[in-house]
Amino acid sequence: MKPFELNQFAFEGISHARIDDLSTISGADKERLIMSGVDVDEAGSRAGSFLHMDHGNVHCRSRHEAVEILDIKDALTKYDGLPGHFWTLVDPDKDEYTRTANEHLQGGYFIKVAAGAKIATPVQSCLFIKGQKAGQSVHNVVIVEEGAEVHILTGCAVANEQSEAVHVGVSEFFVKKGGKLTFSMIHNWGEHMNVVPRTGGIVEAGGVFQNNYILLKQVKYLQSYPTITLAGPGARARFNSVLVAPKGSYVDTGSRIIMDAPDTRGEIISKTITTGGTIIARGHIQANYAPAKGHLECKGLILGGGRIHAIPELDGRVEGVELSHEAAVGKIARREIEYLMARGQDEDEATSTIVRGFLNVDIMGLPDKLHAAIEKTISESEKDMF
Amino acid sequence: MLKIEGLKVNIGDREVLKGLDLHIKEGETFILFGPNGSGKTTLLLTLMGFGGYEITGGRIMFRGQDITRAPSYERARLGIGMSFQRPPTIHGLKTKHMVRLCARDRVVDPEELARKVNFEDFLERDINAGFSGGEIKRSEILQLMAQDPRLLLFDEPESGVDLENMQLIGSTVRELLGGGAQPEPGLSLKQAKSRKLTSGLIITHTGYILDYVNADRGQVLYNGHLCCEARPRDILEHIRKYGYQECVRCLN
Ligand SMILES: Nc1ncnc2c1ncn2[C@@H]1O[C@H](COP(=O)(O)OP(=O)(O)OP(=O)(O)O)[C@@H](O)[C@H]1O
Ligand SMILES: [Mg+2]
Repeated sequence: MKPFELNQFAFEGISHARIDDLSTISGADKERLIMSGVDVDEAGSRAGSFLHMDHGNVHCRSRHEAVEILDIKDALTKYDGLPGHFWTLVDPDKDEYTRTANEHLQGGYFIKVAAGAKIATPVQSCLFIKGQKAGQSVHNVVIVEEGAEVHILTGCAVANEQSEAVHVGVSEFFVKKGGKLTFSMIHNWGEHMNVVPRTGGIVEAGGVFQNNYILLKQVKYLQSYPTITLAGPGARARFNSVLVAPKGSYVDTGSRIIMDAPDTRGEIISKTITTGGTIIARGHIQANYAPAKGHLECKGLILGGGRIHAIPELDGRVEGVELSHEAAVGKIARREIEYLMARGQDEDEATSTIVRGFLNVDIMGLPDKLHAAIEKTISESEKDMF
Repeated sequence: MLKIEGLKVNIGDREVLKGLDLHIKEGETFILFGPNGSGKTTLLLTLMGFGGYEITGGRIMFRGQDITRAPSYERARLGIGMSFQRPPTIHGLKTKHMVRLCARDRVVDPEELARKVNFEDFLERDINAGFSGGEIKRSEILQLMAQDPRLLLFDEPESGVDLENMQLIGSTVRELLGGGAQPEPGLSLKQAKSRKLTSGLIITHTGYILDYVNADRGQVLYNGHLCCEARPRDILEHIRKYGYQECVRCLN
């Protein structure tokens, strides 16, 4: 499916004034940002913030000496083009989107966490689209040095749900020996939005990459397939995604883990609900060394129309690997509804309880404010579900 | 409390209950015996109002209301509470949340209730996810304590439970039935009598539960009919000595 032409969108020309203090953002934009995990009253709750609006950066600030946050353009200047990092995990010639990102480098975040630093509060970033017919193309690089730990919250959102726009985002993640990167991405798009992230990551020995992805709102077209390579012994990766596709959404997304060292572990868990949209739920685990353990879980609920096409793939390339998958696409189990009804819940209450459980994101360890915003979004979208 | 008249139930084309009459009074605990496959569980699930159990005749009255066709949530809200033998796991629903949900509008303290059945460590776990047989029993009782039903339906409280937990479950069931572990001090006779009375319908094969609850009536379900009304201990004794077939013949 090719739903849009890139040349219909403007990749330059929209600029915004700098925002020195995020707490000056108000009204609808503020609401939208909170829903995407951005705390505008960030002092104390965030180790740093980055905000890119339409075609350029408007805010970039670290609040922790071990966290460096720069616009990628400044990082390229400062670090001589970021050799060994920039365009090393994603091929600029992969497709027309990566070529576009390469041609029009508007910005994007560069986040580096110093070796051994364990950052207690999350670093937040937001890629925000306000313009009509805007083409946003960013390139992000995250480097977690040896033994460092950080949680990055990224919200990608459109200000007006009616806007027609495209977001192209290239991201490259580097987790060095014994480092830990938790990367939580919350998408809030609209019915005319086209979104094509291209993501690659590498995790060295003993490192951990945990990816959380939440998409609850409509999007016209979203296609992504982040690939993480576990390059050293003991490296681990885990993907948790929760996706809802209302009518009009076309979402083709998945996660891929390449276990390229012994003693690695990979886990991909996706929960998807369609209420009329199409979801292609992909998952791919490849193991090149043993011992290696990988598990892929893909659960889908079709609530009132729509389509879920689950494509789990396991590729063991050597004796001794242990890869498994569990995929189920269906409806809410009658037994579960009956159980709750026997406790006094009517059918709608019971359905809601089960759906909320299904979409539960406790495991992601998100900040309370964001967690509450997600719960709110889920309860608002429930009316479309059953 | 509960009055069943001429109840006939089909599962598919098969008639499993062939015309049952049963009356359980307020505060009374009734014990149901019967061989495997005789329809005991079917009776409980029919009383709870589950799909798949087609009532082809008779009616069920509960606290003066005809609930024969009522959906199960209405029965639950009227005060029927059931302990499930093999409840489903609901992913993402914490046990603690489930306990609150059972209490509906009443405020309960899940921690405090859980302490009574030694279940505090499970409150953060998804309901029934990987619970062992004995843990399921304690979880079900915990939910029932929150629900506070007027009629307790319990299918084999002793199955899969070790001796220590049997004591815990037995005394909690007794408490649920209003027997209380000890008579509450300071309660006058009149006050004690005006307390809500809870009735019970308990299925047992082993009779261990009889050590804990005051049950003065029992019957055997056999071939889709209820028969042999007697004191539960006497029924148990007869079944032990002579088996169900002889027991049915003798007690009739
Ligand atoms: N869903 C079903 N489909 C077909 N037959 C069923 C179903 N449920 C129960 N039955 C049948 O109905 C009969 C009564 O079953 P029920 O579970 O009520 O027995 P029970 O008295 O509880 O037995 P037990 O002591 O073994 O628990 C059995 O023959 C059983 O196989
Ligand atoms: Mg049974």
